[in-house]
Order: sequence, then structure tokens, then C-alpha cells
Amino acid sequence: MNALLTEVFLSTLIFGAVTAGIPLLLAGLGEQISEKAGILNIGIEGMMLAGSYAGFVVAYAWDSFAFGFVAGGLAGMAVASLMALFCVRLSLNQIVVGIALTLSAEGLTALLHFFQFSRTYPRLPKAPVLAIPGLDNIAVIGPGLFRHNAIVYLAVLLVAVVAWLFRKTYIGLNLEAAGNKPAALDAAGIDVLATRTGAVLTTGVLAGLGGAYMAEVGAGLFVPYMTNGAGFIAIVLAMLARGRPLWVLLGALLFGVSLSLTTALQVAGVDIPTDVVQMLPFAMVILVLVIFGRNSMLPPALGLPYIRGER
Amino acid sequence: MRAVARVVVPILLALGVSGLVLLALGKNPLAYYSDVLSRGLLTWGGLQATITRMAPLLLIAAGLVVSFQAGIWNLGTDGQFLLAGVITAALTPVLVGIVPWSIAIILSLIVAFAVGAAWSLIPAFLKASYGINEIITSLMMSFLGTSLANVLVKISFRDPSTDVPQTQVLPVADRLPRLFGTTVHSGILIAIAAVVLVHVVMTRTAFGLKLRMVGANPRAAAHAGLNVAKLTFATFALSAGLAGLAGAVEILGVQGTVRADWNPAYGLLVVPLVFLARFHALGVIGFTVFFAVLMIGGESASRRLGVPQHFVLLLVGMLLLFLALVDYLDHRRRLMRASL
Amino acid sequence: MAAMTELASVPLGGAPSTTSVDGRAAIELRGITKRFPGVVANNDIALDVFAGEIHVLLGENGAGKSTLIGILAGLQQPDAGSICVHGRPVRIASPREGLDLGIGTVFQHMQLVPSLTVLENLMLGESSWQPLQRGPALGRFRELSALLGVSIDAHAPVARLALGEQQQVEIMHALWRGASVLILDEPTSMLTPQGVHHLGEVMKRLRDKGVAIIFITHKMREACALGDRISVLRLGRLVGSIDKHELATMSEQQVTDRVVDLMFGKNGQTDRGHLEPEGQTGRRNPSRIERRAAPLLRLRGVTTAAQPGECAVQDISFDLWPGEVLGIAGVDGNGQKHLAEVLAGQRAAISGSIVLREEDVTRGGVAARRQQGIAYITDERHGEGTVGTFSVATNLVAKEIGKPPLWWRGISLWDRIHLHAREQIQRHDIRTPSERTPIAKLSGGNIQKVLLARELTARPALVVFNKPTYGLDLQNTQLARERIVDGAARGVAMIVISNELDELAAVSDRIAVMFRGRLNGIVPNDENADRRIGLLMTGAAA
Repeated sequence: MNALLTEVFLSTLIFGAVTAGIPLLLAGLGEQISEKAGILNIGIEGMMLAGSYAGFVVAYAWDSFAFGFVAGGLAGMAVASLMALFCVRLSLNQIVVGIALTLSAEGLTALLHFFQFSRTYPRLPKAPVLAIPGLDNIAVIGPGLFRHNAIVYLAVLLVAVVAWLFRKTYIGLNLEAAGNKPAALDAAGIDVLATRTGAVLTTGVLAGLGGAYMAEVGAGLFVPYMTNGAGFIAIVLAMLARGRPLWVLLGALLFGVSLSLTTALQVAGVDIPTDVVQMLPFAMVILVLVIFGRNSMLPPALGLPYIRGER
Repeated sequence: MRAVARVVVPILLALGVSGLVLLALGKNPLAYYSDVLSRGLLTWGGLQATITRMAPLLLIAAGLVVSFQAGIWNLGTDGQFLLAGVITAALTPVLVGIVPWSIAIILSLIVAFAVGAAWSLIPAFLKASYGINEIITSLMMSFLGTSLANVLVKISFRDPSTDVPQTQVLPVADRLPRLFGTTVHSGILIAIAAVVLVHVVMTRTAFGLKLRMVGANPRAAAHAGLNVAKLTFATFALSAGLAGLAGAVEILGVQGTVRADWNPAYGLLVVPLVFLARFHALGVIGFTVFFAVLMIGGESASRRLGVPQHFVLLLVGMLLLFLALVDYLDHRRRLMRASL
Repeated sequence: MAAMTELASVPLGGAPSTTSVDGRAAIELRGITKRFPGVVANNDIALDVFAGEIHVLLGENGAGKSTLIGILAGLQQPDAGSICVHGRPVRIASPREGLDLGIGTVFQHMQLVPSLTVLENLMLGESSWQPLQRGPALGRFRELSALLGVSIDAHAPVARLALGEQQQVEIMHALWRGASVLILDEPTSMLTPQGVHHLGEVMKRLRDKGVAIIFITHKMREACALGDRISVLRLGRLVGSIDKHELATMSEQQVTDRVVDLMFGKNGQTDRGHLEPEGQTGRRNPSRIERRAAPLLRLRGVTTAAQPGECAVQDISFDLWPGEVLGIAGVDGNGQKHLAEVLAGQRAAISGSIVLREEDVTRGGVAARRQQGIAYITDERHGEGTVGTFSVATNLVAKEIGKPPLWWRGISLWDRIHLHAREQIQRHDIRTPSERTPIAKLSGGNIQKVLLARELTARPALVVFNKPTYGLDLQNTQLARERIVDGAARGVAMIVISNELDELAAVSDRIAVMFRGRLNGIVPNDENADRRIGLLMTGAAA
């Protein structure tokens, strides 16, 4: 047991938790925005994958991590635009379209990867790190928390921005109304479909960014289906966070810990099979749902398309 | 006529758009599709492989018909399938040594059904008690089940006599018997029987009517005095049990063992199939043929033409998308006609 | 000044009065027509709405009032016709455009976001791209509160307000950007008698400030009390108007007569005998109930579990005798739904007892209660009472699934089920293309017939009706009330829940009032009933 409390283990764990948690945070915030507006975005896994692939390809081809992130966001938004078209504008079943988009993205990205990289399997160089001077030298937690790529700090900042957006702007009111009682929003003169479309596209950008981070920084390469359920975990995070962005951050870190446990344990010399450790995040989701399930709150108009004049 | 169009148009659209992707990647889509068709259907070997592949697909589809008609999204079929498969792979070789062969097989099938059903208990409970969306919970259980299955294969049930991590191999002689001198095993009969049974239950029994009522309007079901919670559990158990049965049939009929990291992931692929059949149990059989041809033909084409199996995923996703779109357009046209 | 036109002599659907003492009309509608599949909701309607006037649109359910309002509010587009606002021809293509033109609408069903506060709801729609500006909003809020004479906490979540207060917030919302036209769609259905009075005061205040008010109702009494001008709609057509000068000279009885004439043509006089028009005390003749015998139903201390957004019942006790009709009055949301459900077995009582014919039936679900002879007709025909995609035949047997003779050992005997349906369809005059038609295609009246057939065929001892005539036209409303009274005469006990006092007066022996989940009192249905009920509805003792 002593092996677990060494500085090496803890700092590896913390560092890994942040690296694994940031994609969950970004996707979770995005999903929260969608759900607030009343869209259950099952296709988020597909958006993340699209972002992963686009991020990796652009970062590799243009030798620029920053452009990779931009590409990832755009790719996620492209998938989200399909979601917006089919589910918001045409009012198709959100669950069917979400599954369809996820399957298509999985297939397409794996296919493209096969044709481009399956022989060479290129890797990206290590991602640029923006260390925060001073803070990064604190014992144990310093390196783990403050020596990350700039996106990490941006993502955490985003939590505050989204919280402000929800509580202190008209956009926040509009989102809340769109998810809670869209007829009231329409009667107040605001375009419900435009509000929901904006929400879905934003989710796409954030999810795509999260996926790009996974590929560029987390792994350094793209592997087919590499998100491995991260999008669905993000949906759970959004469900349990009950409209509060801060809780998405906490949840993302918690799951990040479980995801990074394997590496940390290996470093500490503890020999637990990978597969057992891989069960941890999902087991934890189930546990959290069973314990806190009755508190999960979803907006009443979630999943229901808005059609003007329909009572 | 319109019913035929509602099925054929999405298929053609999906084939078309996916074909364009192939074209962009430098492959000839027509060559690919014709190769898939001939390899999957028009050769004796391919046809047998297709029918063999249909067995697990039909069983999972039967389970999804029950589930979707009852308004429940059981998306955890992959986990249910795998876990039941692993348990079967571990159990049957042992049973065969103890009891007569037919008893061993029947017992294994029953256990597989039970394992699948048991793996759906948590999502069923969360839905019935807290109303938690079962899409997320069943997906989580699926990921969990896949990892657990791997752990079982690599550690608990690992066959020490081989280097490759896998369960003890069930000798070919002990597997499900072949039919009439073909390579198709009798699991296909179990599968067809299951589909027919599901059809009869859903359309001609009180139980089926109750499930359909919960699926169509849960509040009306409560108003009519139905025990919605109990029916939710029953739906999950049936649906997941059939997925578990599919796992057993695949092991007992084809694989004989489970290798580490084996996951054919039929579950999500079957979802669009059931949608195409508009949740009708008998219609599912026809579409399963289509999908099985796609998979078998695709596997062969992937070797010969260098188009990997990932393409099938894309095709299936597009199919689901265009299906939803065509349904919507059809609905719109009907509304406009009605108002004239 | 052009001459005043005598409207009674103008042909049906013809031109309205072209002048008014106050100048030109705030809104002019000409030739407005709107069609839906199978029905013409608005047929060539011409209407004038003037500033500083309360213009009442009177008509029964299905007359086309809501459609017309939807067009003015920007929710629908007319198929033909023109709209002029303050003399300018306009097209109101969306709610935003309606608001920009100065038209504010208060709909029948609440259009506020329950999870936001009052102030946030009022600020909704002001802009999109800025941080919230609560200061100016609060100022405007105080202004409007003074104008309307109401006092509400601006920071209270809307979900916690009483229905009357919510409506006041909606009126504020409609006026927020300085509306010159205010439309109120059936605003009084959710109010106590005192609330109705207060609303009338508010409207008069606004009218005196020059706002043009359109007030939609199907209640004659309100129309006469509040209207400066009354227009009558029937089956999509404007059948006539009574302008303010005529109204001033007529008594309520004369107005009623005129409206009945307009609504039913010259035959109205002979049909009158069958009608109980609103505004007249169509009270039921007291029936002889044997109260010395044991009651059929006895509730003691029945309480249900509270749930968010619903009002639970608390400690309800009453007795009910065979052949008696007990009316349950009260504004929506005071526990009536829970009461109906706990009687029907759809909801468990967490304490208390329900005794039917000396037998304690408190535990037991819907199936058990039906067995024991309690039937329940829900108010939500589509949401709860039927499954829209299922056939009429299936819906007719929805509460008997699995039971013989239509089921044998769990197997559905579809031939027998369809035969049974055909018999019911004929016996109850249900208009449907076939017994296999999906029930959602039937009209509201026919769906209600299916529900009645389903519940009453089993010869229950007690029937619970929740808003039995909601949304039905006059003919079906009459039918339903007759069935209630006839059933009672044959010894069936009835509980009728309704928020229309006239309806309860027409059918009940006694009337109970629900307030905040408690039974606030039971009064006999005599001449004092209205006054006492009004008091009880506000929570006071009678």
C-alpha cells in the first residue's frame, strides 16, 4: 500500500487525471448546453471522434497543434450541424439520429485512418506544455496540475464562462426556456429553433475540441474508435450535474482519476491487469447513478421537438 | 407500393452516399458492392456463411423488437452478448463431461439467457425506479460487460494449456450440429423459432399487448392499471436474454471458444435493421439476410479489394439516417395530401 | 360621423360596423379564412377592434376563437384575408412580429417558464446578446404593477405562484413592451369568482387607458358583465355583433336572447327548451337520496404523497350514497387530479381509508377497483385515456387486457374483440370509419363516447368523471350531462370534478370544494350554493 502514496504515483495520477478528464469536461459542458436547451445529444461520441481525427490529421500535416485544435472544433461542429438540421429543423427522432451520426462517424474516421495511416501509424511529437511558473513547483500536485497544454487552462476557464452565461445573460434565459417550455420562448418572440441550433453547434465545437485534445495531447496519435465511450460518459456527467458547470468539472476529474489509474499503478509498480482497471470508470458511473440517481434532473422538454402551434 | 419505397429508398441513398465516399478514397464502389453481393450470396460458401451469420443477428434483433415495441432502448446488447458468450464458453466444455450432450447444450442455452437478462437488471431498476434514461445506463453496462468479459477470458476462465489467452476450446464434435451436410449449424433454427415466437407473443397475447401499450403511451398504460415497473423489468429480461442467447449460439455453433479482446459488436449494427423493419418481427428476417450478406461479403471484399470492415459501420449509420429522413418526408407528404 | 348600422339586420358573415365614436379601428380583419384538414376553422371573418374598448368574442368550443387568436398572435398564417393594424396592412408572420406591432396575447394555458423567476420571465425576449439588465426591468415591473393594481414578488419562481398571480404576470408580459392591443384567451377558467372580479377591474383600468382589449370566452355571464362590444362566432363564421350602444340599452336577458338567436338561428327558440345557457340558473331539481341507509362510499383521512408540480390531497373525508351526484368544485390544481386517481386506484393513499359497501378497498390498484365497481373517466383523453395509435377496438378493451371472454389463457381473441367493438360502436353511436381505425383520428366528442362506453358498460356502482365536457361542443356536452343525471336516477353514484360552476349546478346533489388539497366544505346544491362555494374556493369557511 505504501507504494500508492509515493510522490511519483500521486503526481502521475493527478497528471493523468487532468489529461483524461479534460476531454470529458469539454464534452460534458457541451452536452450540458444542449440538454439545457432541450436536445438529448446522443451523437456526441461521433462529434468527439470527428474532432479526434481532424485534430490529428491537421496537427500532423501542418505541424501545428493549434491548427489541429481549430480543425477538431470545426469537425465536431460539422457533425453537429447535421444533428441541428435533422433534429432541430426537421424534428426527427433525436435518439435515432444520434446513434446514426455516431455509427457513421465511427465508420468514416476508421475508414479514413485505414486509407491514410494504417501502414505508417505516425505519431505526433509531444504536445507543447504551458507551465505556470511558481505553481508548477509545488510538491506532489504542482507538476500534475500546472504543467499542461494551454487548452487545459482554457477548458477550466470555460467552466466559469459557461456558468456566467447560464446565470447572467439573456442567452442563458433563452436556453433555459427552450429546454423547459419552448412555447413560452416562442411567444416571447425569440426563435426557438435558432436558439436550439446554436446550442447544438456549440456542443459540436466543444466536443470536437475535446476529441482533438484526446488525439493530439492525450495519445499523440489516432486509433479507430479511440474515444471508447467518453462521449457517453459526458452525457452522464451532464445529466448528474443538474445544470451546474462546476459539477461537470468535478465529475470529469473524478472520472479522469479512474481512467488514469492504470498508468499510475504501473508506474508505482503495482500489477493489476489493465482490463480490470478499465472497468473502473464505467463501474463508477453505474455506482454514482444508483446512489444519486433519484436526483438526476432533466429539463421537461428534453428530447421533444418544438413545433409551433402544436399544443 | 409506398411501403416498398419507404424501405428501398433509404437503402439506395445510403449505398449511394457511402459509395461516393469510396470513390473519394480511390475505390470503385460498384466493384465493391457487386463483390459483396456475389461473395455473400451467390457462392455456395458465401451463402452458407451468410445464413450462419444470421443466427446471432436474428436473436439480437428479436430481442430488440420486444424492446423497441415496448418503448425501451436496450442498447446494451453487446455487453449482454459477450458476457453470456464467455460464460457459455467456460461452462459448456465442463458440462459436456458431466451430463449427456443434449442436456449440456440446453443448460448452457438457459444459463446464457439468464446471464444476459441478469446483466440488464441494473438499467431496468434505474429506469423503473428513478426514470433514468436507459440509453445511457444500458450503454454503460455494455462497456462494463465488455471489459468484464475480457477479464474473465484472460484470468478466470483462461485455458492454461495454450499460449493464446482464450477459454477452453469446445471440441467440434460437441458443438451445435450442422444441418443437412452444410456448414450451417442448427443455431439458425433456434434463431428463426425465436423470431416467430416473438412475433406471436407481441401480436397475439395479452402480455405482448401490454408491452406495446407501455411503449405507445406509458401514462395510458398506468391509467389502464398495468404494472409499468414489472413490465419494464420483463421487457429488459426478455430483450437482454435473447441477446445472451445469441452469444451462446455463436459460441456453440461457430467459435467454440472466446479469445481475448474478441468483440464482433453486432449489437449496435442490428439497431438500424430493426428500424428498417419498422419493429415488425417477421419483417426483421428479410432485413437480416441483407445485413448478413453485407457483413460476410464485406469481410471477403475487405481482403480482396482493400476496403476494411469499417465501411459497413458507415453504411449502416447512413442507412439509419436516411431512414429517419425518408420517414419524415413521407409523413410530410401525407399531411399535405390530407389538407387538400 | 357615419350612421350607426343596426347589426341585427346585416346578413351573416357580412361587413361589420364601419365607424365608432372613438375613431378608426386598432385592428381590422377582413375575409380571414383558415383551413385545417377536414375543417374550416375560420371562414371569411371580418372584425374590428377599437382602442379603449373591451371586445368580447363569444362562442362555444370549436367555434374558431383560438384559431383567430393564433393568427393575431403570429402563431398561424391565414389562408386568405387581410389584417390592418392602426390602418396599415400587415402580415404577422411570427410571435415576434405580433409583439412588435403592439399586440400582446395571454393564452389559455400558461406560457411562462416555471423554473425562472417572475422578473426573468418578463425579461425573456428582450434581447439575446447582452448581460441581464435587472435594474430597468425592475423599474418597468413596478410601473406595470401599479397600473394593474397587483402586488407580486418579482424574484419568486413562477412555479410557486398561485394561478391567478401567474395570469397577472402573463398580462404584464403581454404589456411589457407597451402593447396597444391586449388579447385574453379564456382567462377566467382558472380563477375563483373573486379572481374573475379582480380581472375585470384590471381590464377596465387598461381599457380606460386606451388599450384595445379582445376577450375570448364561452360564458355568457362574463360577456355581458365585461363586454363593451360582443361578437359571436359559430362554426368558424362571425354570425353577428352587438355593439356598445345596443349593449348599453339591453338587459342581460335580452342580450342572452340575442346571442342565442345568433348562435342557433331562428330555430333557437324551439331548441331553447333543451338548452341550459350559461348565465341562467339551470340548477338540478333535488333528487331523493336515502341518507338513512348506509353510504356506498366512505372516505376517511385519505392523503396522497406530494410530488413536485402536483397538488396532493390531504386528509379527505366524505360519504357518498347510491344514486347521488357529488360535484367537486375548485380551481385547477387544488388536488382534484389526485383525488380522482386515488379513488380509481391509480394512485396509492399513503394514509386513510376508502370503504366501499362496508369493505375496505384502500389497498388495491386499478384492476381491483374496477372489479369492485368503481369506474374513472379521465380528463386527459389523449394523454392518458387512450392510446392514439391503437384501434378503437383495442382502446375499448384497454382496461380488460387478459381477461376472459376476450382473452383465453393469455391469448388475444381478436375476432371476438372486434365483434365486441362493433356492438359498442353501434350502441353508443360512435362515429368512426371502422373499429380498427386508430382512435386519434376520431373527434373529441367521439373519443369521449368511447371512454363512456368503456367505463359504463361494466355497470359500475360509482363513476368518477374528471372534467367530462372539457373541449366538447354543445351537443356532446348536453349528452354527457344527461347521461350523468340519468345514471344517477338508476342508482349509480357519481363524482363529477369540474371547474365550471354552472356545470356542477346543473348535475349535482351536493357540491364539495377542494382547496390546496383539502376538502374545504360540502354544500347542498340550492340557491345559496354559488355564494358559499365562492367563499370556500378562496379557503374561507362557508
